[in-house]
Amino acid sequence: MHELGVTQSIVNIVLDKAKEAQASKIVQINLVAGELAGFVPECIQFYFDILSKDTIAQEASLIFIPAPAQLRCRNCSTSFHLQNTLWSCPKCDSQSVEIIGGRELYVESMEVE
Amino acid sequence: MRKIEVVQNILGANDSIAAQNQRLLDEHRIFALNIMSSPGAGKTSLILQTIAKLRSKLSIAVIEGDVASTIDAEKIKGHAAAVVQINTQNMPESCSLIANMIDRALKSLPLEDINLLLIENVGNLICPSEFALGEHKRVVISSLPEGDDKPIKYPMIFADADAVVINKMDFLPYVDFDIAAFRHAVEGLNPKVKFFEVSCKTGIGIEGWCSWLLTETQLNPHK
Ligand SMILES: Nc1nc2c(ncn2[C@@H]2O[C@H](COP(=O)(O)OP(=O)(O)OP(=O)(O)O)[C@@H](O)[C@H]2O)c(=O)[nH]1
Ligand SMILES: [Mg+2]
Ligand SMILES: [Zn+2]
Repeated sequence: MHELGVTQSIVNIVLDKAKEAQASKIVQINLVAGELAGFVPECIQFYFDILSKDTIAQEASLIFIPAPAQLRCRNCSTSFHLQNTLWSCPKCDSQSVEIIGGRELYVESMEVE
Repeated sequence: MRKIEVVQNILGANDSIAAQNQRLLDEHRIFALNIMSSPGAGKTSLILQTIAKLRSKLSIAVIEGDVASTIDAEKIKGHAAAVVQINTQNMPESCSLIANMIDRALKSLPLEDINLLLIENVGNLICPSEFALGEHKRVVISSLPEGDDKPIKYPMIFADADAVVINKMDFLPYVDFDIAAFRHAVEGLNPKVKFFEVSCKTGIGIEGWCSWLLTETQLNPHK
Protein backbone atom coordinates (compact mmCIF):
# COMPACT_ATOMS: atom_id res chain seq x y z
CA MET A 1 0.00 0.00 0.00
CA HIS A 2 0.99 3.61 -0.30
CA GLU A 3 0.58 4.70 3.31
CA LEU A 4 4.31 4.40 3.96
CA GLY A 5 5.21 7.22 1.58
CA VAL A 6 2.29 9.29 2.75
CA THR A 7 3.30 8.84 6.38
CA GLN A 8 6.86 9.84 5.53
CA SER A 9 5.44 13.07 4.09
CA ILE A 10 3.46 13.66 7.28
CA VAL A 11 6.58 13.15 9.41
CA ASN A 12 8.58 15.49 7.16
CA ILE A 13 5.92 18.18 7.32
CA VAL A 14 5.53 18.13 11.10
CA LEU A 15 9.26 18.00 11.82
CA ASP A 16 9.83 20.97 9.51
CA LYS A 17 7.06 22.98 11.16
CA ALA A 18 8.22 22.07 14.65
CA LYS A 19 11.73 23.20 13.84
CA GLU A 20 10.41 26.48 12.45
CA ALA A 21 8.46 26.97 15.68
CA GLN A 22 11.46 25.91 17.78
CA ALA A 23 9.41 23.25 19.53
CA SER A 24 11.10 20.51 21.53
CA LYS A 25 8.31 17.97 21.41
CA ILE A 26 5.30 17.26 19.21
CA VAL A 27 2.39 16.13 21.34
CA GLN A 28 -0.48 15.85 18.91
CA ILE A 29 -0.94 15.99 15.14
CA ASN A 30 -4.35 16.79 13.68
CA LEU A 31 -4.86 15.34 10.21
CA VAL A 32 -7.81 15.85 7.93
CA ALA A 33 -8.39 12.66 5.98
CA GLY A 34 -11.29 12.76 3.56
CA GLU A 35 -13.53 9.75 3.28
CA LEU A 36 -12.70 9.53 -0.44
CA ALA A 37 -8.98 10.17 -0.14
CA GLY A 38 -8.26 6.46 -0.12
CA PHE A 39 -5.95 6.28 2.88
CA VAL A 40 -6.32 3.96 5.82
CA PRO A 41 -5.80 5.69 9.19
CA GLU A 42 -4.70 2.45 10.89
CA CYS A 43 -1.95 2.05 8.31
CA ILE A 44 -0.80 5.60 8.73
CA GLN A 45 -0.68 5.10 12.50
CA PHE A 46 1.32 1.88 12.06
CA TYR A 47 3.96 3.51 9.88
CA PHE A 48 3.97 6.65 11.96
CA ASP A 49 5.08 4.71 15.02
CA ILE A 50 8.03 3.35 13.05
CA LEU A 51 9.01 6.50 11.19
CA SER A 52 8.73 8.89 14.13
CA LYS A 53 11.02 6.83 16.32
CA ASP A 54 13.92 8.83 17.75
CA THR A 55 12.45 12.12 16.55
CA ILE A 56 10.64 14.78 18.55
CA ALA A 57 7.39 13.41 17.07
CA GLN A 58 7.99 10.03 18.67
CA GLU A 59 5.12 9.99 21.13
CA ALA A 60 2.75 12.27 19.30
CA SER A 61 -0.83 11.12 19.00
CA LEU A 62 -2.40 11.21 15.58
CA ILE A 63 -5.91 12.59 15.45
CA PHE A 64 -7.86 11.95 12.26
CA ILE A 65 -10.49 14.57 11.62
CA PRO A 66 -13.02 13.00 9.29
CA ALA A 67 -14.13 14.85 6.17
CA PRO A 68 -17.22 13.17 4.77
CA ALA A 69 -17.76 12.60 1.08
CA GLN A 70 -19.80 15.55 -0.15
CA LEU A 71 -21.61 15.32 -3.41
CA ARG A 72 -23.77 17.63 -5.49
CA CYS A 73 -26.38 16.62 -8.01
CA ARG A 74 -25.74 18.06 -11.45
CA ASN A 75 -29.43 17.80 -12.24
CA CYS A 76 -31.11 19.54 -9.30
CA SER A 77 -28.08 20.96 -7.41
CA THR A 78 -28.96 19.17 -4.16
CA SER A 79 -25.88 18.70 -1.96
CA PHE A 80 -25.72 15.47 -0.02
CA HIS A 81 -23.43 13.11 1.82
CA LEU A 82 -22.53 9.76 0.41
CA GLN A 83 -24.72 7.10 1.95
CA ASN A 84 -24.22 3.37 1.66
CA THR A 85 -21.86 4.08 -1.20
CA LEU A 86 -24.87 5.04 -3.29
CA TRP A 87 -23.84 7.61 -5.84
CA SER A 88 -27.25 8.94 -6.71
CA CYS A 89 -29.19 12.03 -5.73
CA PRO A 90 -31.56 11.47 -2.79
CA LYS A 91 -33.98 14.02 -4.23
CA CYS A 92 -34.23 13.30 -7.94
CA ASP A 93 -32.38 10.00 -8.18
CA SER A 94 -29.99 11.30 -10.83
CA GLN A 95 -26.68 9.48 -11.11
CA SER A 96 -24.94 12.59 -12.33
CA VAL A 97 -23.10 13.81 -9.27
CA GLU A 98 -20.10 15.99 -8.70
CA ILE A 99 -17.62 15.35 -5.89
CA ILE A 100 -17.29 18.56 -3.92
CA GLY A 101 -15.60 17.31 -0.77
CA GLY A 102 -14.03 14.32 0.89
CA ARG A 103 -10.81 13.97 -1.09
CA GLU A 104 -8.70 16.21 1.11
CA LEU A 105 -5.65 14.94 2.94
CA TYR A 106 -3.65 17.44 4.91
CA VAL A 107 -1.94 18.22 8.18
CA GLU A 108 -4.31 20.72 9.76
CA SER A 109 -2.45 21.67 12.94
CA MET A 110 -0.38 20.31 15.77
CA GLU A 111 0.21 20.76 19.46
CA VAL A 112 3.80 21.22 20.52
CA GLU A 113 5.84 21.92 23.60
CA MET B 1 1.70 23.37 25.13
CA ARG B 2 0.76 25.47 22.12
CA LYS B 3 -1.05 24.90 18.89
CA ILE B 4 0.50 25.55 15.48
CA GLU B 5 -1.61 25.90 12.35
CA VAL B 6 -0.11 23.86 9.54
CA VAL B 7 -2.67 23.31 6.74
CA GLN B 8 -0.27 21.55 4.43
CA ASN B 9 -1.31 19.08 1.76
CA ILE B 10 0.28 15.70 2.44
CA LEU B 11 0.52 14.91 -1.26
CA GLY B 12 2.03 18.32 -1.95
CA ALA B 13 5.54 16.91 -2.35
CA ASN B 14 4.32 14.45 -4.99
CA ASP B 15 2.31 17.14 -6.76
CA SER B 16 5.28 19.45 -7.07
CA ILE B 17 7.50 16.72 -8.53
CA ALA B 18 4.67 15.91 -10.95
CA ALA B 19 4.52 19.56 -12.01
CA GLN B 20 8.28 19.50 -12.53
CA ASN B 21 7.98 16.36 -14.67
CA GLN B 22 5.33 18.03 -16.77
CA ARG B 23 7.55 21.06 -17.34
CA LEU B 24 10.37 18.80 -18.50
CA LEU B 25 7.99 16.96 -20.86
CA ASP B 26 6.67 20.26 -22.18
CA GLU B 27 10.16 21.55 -22.87
CA HIS B 28 10.69 18.51 -25.05
CA ARG B 29 7.20 18.70 -26.56
CA ILE B 30 6.31 15.25 -25.31
CA PHE B 31 2.68 14.30 -24.72
CA ALA B 32 2.34 11.91 -21.75
CA LEU B 33 -0.50 9.54 -21.02
CA ASN B 34 -1.06 7.81 -17.66
CA ILE B 35 -2.72 4.44 -18.34
CA MET B 36 -4.52 2.89 -15.38
CA SER B 37 -6.65 -0.21 -14.88
CA SER B 38 -7.10 -3.24 -12.68
CA PRO B 39 -4.58 -6.07 -13.26
CA GLY B 40 -5.05 -7.73 -16.61
CA ALA B 41 -7.58 -5.29 -18.14
CA GLY B 42 -5.26 -4.80 -21.10
CA LYS B 43 -2.84 -1.95 -20.48
CA THR B 44 0.14 -3.67 -22.12
CA SER B 45 -2.04 -4.98 -24.94
CA LEU B 46 -3.41 -1.51 -25.67
CA ILE B 47 0.10 -0.06 -25.63
CA LEU B 48 1.25 -2.67 -28.16
CA GLN B 49 -1.75 -2.02 -30.42
CA THR B 50 -1.20 1.72 -30.16
CA ILE B 51 2.47 1.46 -31.07
CA ALA B 52 1.67 -0.79 -34.03
CA LYS B 53 -0.79 1.79 -35.39
CA LEU B 54 1.10 4.98 -34.60
CA ARG B 55 4.78 4.12 -34.86
CA SER B 56 5.01 5.41 -38.43
CA LYS B 57 3.67 8.78 -37.29
CA LEU B 58 5.09 9.23 -33.79
CA SER B 59 8.16 8.26 -31.85
CA ILE B 60 6.76 6.50 -28.78
CA ALA B 61 8.43 5.71 -25.46
CA VAL B 62 6.95 3.57 -22.70
CA ILE B 63 7.38 3.52 -18.94
CA GLU B 64 6.27 0.20 -17.44
CA GLY B 65 5.25 0.18 -13.81
CA ASP B 66 4.85 -3.16 -12.07
CA VAL B 67 5.20 -4.42 -8.54
CA ALA B 68 7.74 -6.98 -9.77
CA SER B 69 9.08 -8.54 -12.99
CA THR B 70 10.11 -7.15 -16.35
CA ILE B 71 7.62 -9.20 -18.38
CA ASP B 72 5.72 -6.20 -19.73
CA ALA B 73 8.87 -4.27 -20.60
CA GLU B 74 10.15 -7.32 -22.50
CA LYS B 75 6.92 -7.38 -24.54
CA ILE B 76 7.33 -3.72 -25.45
CA LYS B 77 11.04 -3.88 -26.25
CA GLY B 78 11.70 -3.74 -29.95
CA HIS B 79 8.33 -2.07 -30.59
CA ALA B 80 8.74 1.25 -28.80
CA ALA B 81 11.52 3.75 -29.43
CA ALA B 82 12.54 3.26 -25.79
CA VAL B 83 11.21 1.53 -22.70
CA VAL B 84 11.97 1.86 -18.98
CA GLN B 85 10.79 -0.63 -16.38
CA ILE B 86 10.00 0.52 -12.85
CA ASN B 87 9.52 -2.12 -10.17
CA THR B 88 7.76 -0.78 -7.13
CA GLN B 89 8.08 -3.69 -4.75
CA ASN B 90 10.76 -2.21 -2.53
CA MET B 91 9.52 1.34 -2.75
CA PRO B 92 7.37 3.20 -0.23
CA GLU B 93 4.52 3.11 -2.71
CA SER B 94 4.24 -0.34 -4.22
CA CYS B 95 0.66 -0.08 -5.42
CA SER B 96 1.07 2.87 -7.75
CA LEU B 97 3.64 4.82 -9.67
CA ILE B 98 4.45 8.14 -8.02
CA ALA B 99 5.99 11.28 -9.46
CA ASN B 100 9.57 10.75 -8.35
CA MET B 101 9.71 7.33 -10.04
CA ILE B 102 8.80 9.11 -13.29
CA ASP B 103 11.39 11.79 -12.59
CA ARG B 104 14.05 9.08 -12.46
CA ALA B 105 12.72 7.25 -15.51
CA LEU B 106 12.72 10.44 -17.59
CA LYS B 107 16.44 10.78 -16.94
CA SER B 108 17.09 7.54 -18.77
CA LEU B 109 14.89 8.26 -21.81
CA PRO B 110 16.10 9.96 -24.99
CA LEU B 111 13.71 12.90 -24.55
CA GLU B 112 14.92 14.70 -27.66
CA ASP B 113 13.63 11.90 -29.85
CA ILE B 114 10.20 11.28 -28.34
CA ASN B 115 6.74 12.66 -29.17
CA LEU B 116 4.51 10.42 -27.10
CA LEU B 117 5.13 8.84 -23.70
CA LEU B 118 2.84 6.01 -22.61
CA ILE B 119 3.02 5.28 -18.89
CA GLU B 120 1.60 1.92 -17.78
CA ASN B 121 0.68 2.32 -14.13
CA VAL B 122 0.56 -0.53 -11.62
CA GLY B 123 -2.60 -2.63 -12.02
CA ASN B 124 -4.89 -1.12 -9.37
CA LEU B 125 -8.08 0.96 -9.43
CA ILE B 126 -7.59 2.77 -6.11
CA CYS B 127 -4.11 4.05 -5.40
CA PRO B 128 -2.99 5.44 -8.79
CA SER B 129 -5.83 7.94 -8.78
CA GLU B 130 -4.21 9.78 -5.86
CA PHE B 131 -0.80 10.33 -7.40
CA ALA B 132 -0.22 12.75 -10.25
CA LEU B 133 2.82 11.80 -12.34
CA GLY B 134 3.12 14.79 -14.65
CA GLU B 135 0.92 13.29 -17.36
CA HIS B 136 -1.17 15.42 -19.73
CA LYS B 137 -4.09 13.01 -19.87
CA ARG B 138 -5.36 10.04 -17.86
CA VAL B 139 -6.96 6.98 -19.35
CA VAL B 140 -8.69 4.18 -17.47
CA ILE B 141 -9.22 0.79 -19.11
CA SER B 142 -12.13 -1.40 -18.02
CA SER B 143 -12.52 -4.80 -19.60
CA LEU B 144 -15.75 -6.74 -20.04
CA PRO B 145 -14.84 -9.76 -17.86
CA GLU B 146 -14.42 -7.40 -14.87
CA GLY B 147 -18.11 -6.49 -14.86
CA ASP B 148 -19.90 -3.21 -15.40
CA ASP B 149 -19.98 -2.12 -11.74
CA LYS B 150 -16.39 -0.80 -11.48
CA PRO B 151 -17.33 2.90 -11.70
CA ILE B 152 -19.65 2.38 -8.74
CA LYS B 153 -17.04 0.52 -6.69
CA TYR B 154 -14.04 2.68 -7.63
CA PRO B 155 -15.53 6.07 -8.46
CA MET B 156 -12.43 8.23 -7.93
CA ILE B 157 -10.36 6.86 -10.77
CA PHE B 158 -13.26 7.29 -13.20
CA ALA B 159 -14.06 10.79 -11.95
CA ASP B 160 -10.56 11.95 -12.92
CA ALA B 161 -10.18 10.16 -16.26
CA ASP B 162 -9.99 12.02 -19.55
CA ALA B 163 -10.75 8.85 -21.48
CA VAL B 164 -12.19 5.46 -20.63
CA VAL B 165 -11.36 2.50 -22.84
CA ILE B 166 -13.77 -0.42 -22.67
CA ASN B 167 -11.57 -3.33 -23.70
CA LYS B 168 -12.17 -6.98 -24.60
CA MET B 169 -15.29 -6.16 -26.58
CA ASP B 170 -14.90 -9.61 -28.15
CA PHE B 171 -16.23 -10.97 -24.82
CA LEU B 172 -19.61 -9.32 -25.29
CA PRO B 173 -21.49 -12.50 -26.27
CA TYR B 174 -20.19 -14.33 -23.20
CA VAL B 175 -20.60 -11.88 -20.33
CA ASP B 176 -23.40 -9.79 -18.88
CA PHE B 177 -21.83 -6.40 -19.22
CA ASP B 178 -24.32 -3.62 -19.71
CA ILE B 179 -22.35 -1.10 -21.76
CA ALA B 180 -25.04 1.58 -21.52
CA ALA B 181 -25.25 1.27 -17.72
CA PHE B 182 -21.46 1.38 -17.44
CA ARG B 183 -21.22 4.50 -19.59
CA HIS B 184 -24.08 6.12 -17.71
CA ALA B 185 -22.35 5.54 -14.35
CA VAL B 186 -19.05 6.95 -15.62
CA GLU B 187 -20.74 9.95 -17.24
CA GLY B 188 -22.52 10.67 -13.97
CA LEU B 189 -19.16 11.11 -12.28
CA ASN B 190 -17.47 12.67 -15.23
CA PRO B 191 -19.61 14.22 -17.98
CA LYS B 192 -16.65 15.25 -20.17
CA VAL B 193 -15.06 11.82 -20.48
CA LYS B 194 -14.38 10.23 -23.89
CA PHE B 195 -15.25 6.56 -24.43
CA PHE B 196 -13.62 4.02 -26.70
CA GLU B 197 -14.94 0.49 -27.14
CA VAL B 198 -12.12 -1.71 -28.33
CA SER B 199 -10.76 -5.21 -28.53
CA CYS B 200 -7.01 -5.56 -28.43
CA LYS B 201 -7.50 -9.08 -29.72
CA THR B 202 -9.56 -8.42 -32.83
CA GLY B 203 -8.36 -4.85 -33.31
CA ILE B 204 -11.89 -3.46 -33.31
CA GLY B 205 -12.08 0.18 -32.18
CA ILE B 206 -8.30 0.62 -32.08
CA GLU B 207 -8.46 2.97 -35.07
CA GLY B 208 -10.74 5.42 -33.23
CA TRP B 209 -8.66 5.28 -30.08
CA CYS B 210 -5.45 5.93 -31.99
CA SER B 211 -6.88 8.79 -33.96
CA TRP B 212 -7.97 10.49 -30.72
CA LEU B 213 -4.52 9.95 -29.24
CA LEU B 214 -2.78 11.20 -32.38
CA THR B 215 -4.90 14.35 -32.35
CA GLU B 216 -4.23 14.93 -28.65
CA THR B 217 -0.50 14.47 -29.19
CA GLN B 218 -0.46 16.83 -32.13
CA LEU B 219 -2.68 19.38 -30.42
CA ASN B 220 -0.47 19.36 -27.34
CA PRO B 221 -0.31 23.11 -26.75
CA HIS B 222 3.35 22.89 -25.86
CA LYS B 223 4.37 21.65 -29.26
N1 LIG C 1 -9.97 -11.78 -25.54
C1 LIG C 1 -9.25 -10.71 -25.29
N2 LIG C 1 -8.16 -10.80 -24.51
C2 LIG C 1 -7.44 -9.66 -24.28
C3 LIG C 1 -7.80 -8.40 -24.83
N3 LIG C 1 -6.92 -7.49 -24.39
C4 LIG C 1 -6.03 -8.13 -23.62
N4 LIG C 1 -6.34 -9.46 -23.54
C5 LIG C 1 -5.64 -10.50 -22.79
O1 LIG C 1 -5.77 -10.20 -21.40
C6 LIG C 1 -4.58 -10.58 -20.71
C7 LIG C 1 -4.03 -9.40 -19.93
O2 LIG C 1 -3.64 -8.38 -20.82
P1 LIG C 1 -2.48 -7.35 -20.52
O3 LIG C 1 -2.41 -6.42 -21.67
O4 LIG C 1 -1.26 -8.05 -20.09
O5 LIG C 1 -3.12 -6.61 -19.26
P2 LIG C 1 -2.42 -5.57 -18.28
O6 LIG C 1 -3.48 -4.60 -17.87
O7 LIG C 1 -1.21 -5.00 -18.91
O8 LIG C 1 -2.03 -6.50 -17.06
P3 LIG C 1 -1.04 -6.16 -15.82
O9 LIG C 1 0.12 -5.40 -16.37
O10 LIG C 1 -0.68 -7.50 -15.30
O11 LIG C 1 -1.87 -5.36 -14.85
C8 LIG C 1 -3.62 -11.10 -21.75
O12 LIG C 1 -3.70 -12.50 -21.78
C9 LIG C 1 -4.15 -10.50 -23.04
O13 LIG C 1 -3.84 -11.27 -24.17
C10 LIG C 1 -8.97 -8.36 -25.65
O14 LIG C 1 -9.37 -7.31 -26.16
N5 LIG C 1 -9.65 -9.52 -25.83
MG1 LIG D 1 0.76 -4.94 -18.20
ZN1 LIG E 1 -30.88 15.64 -7.90
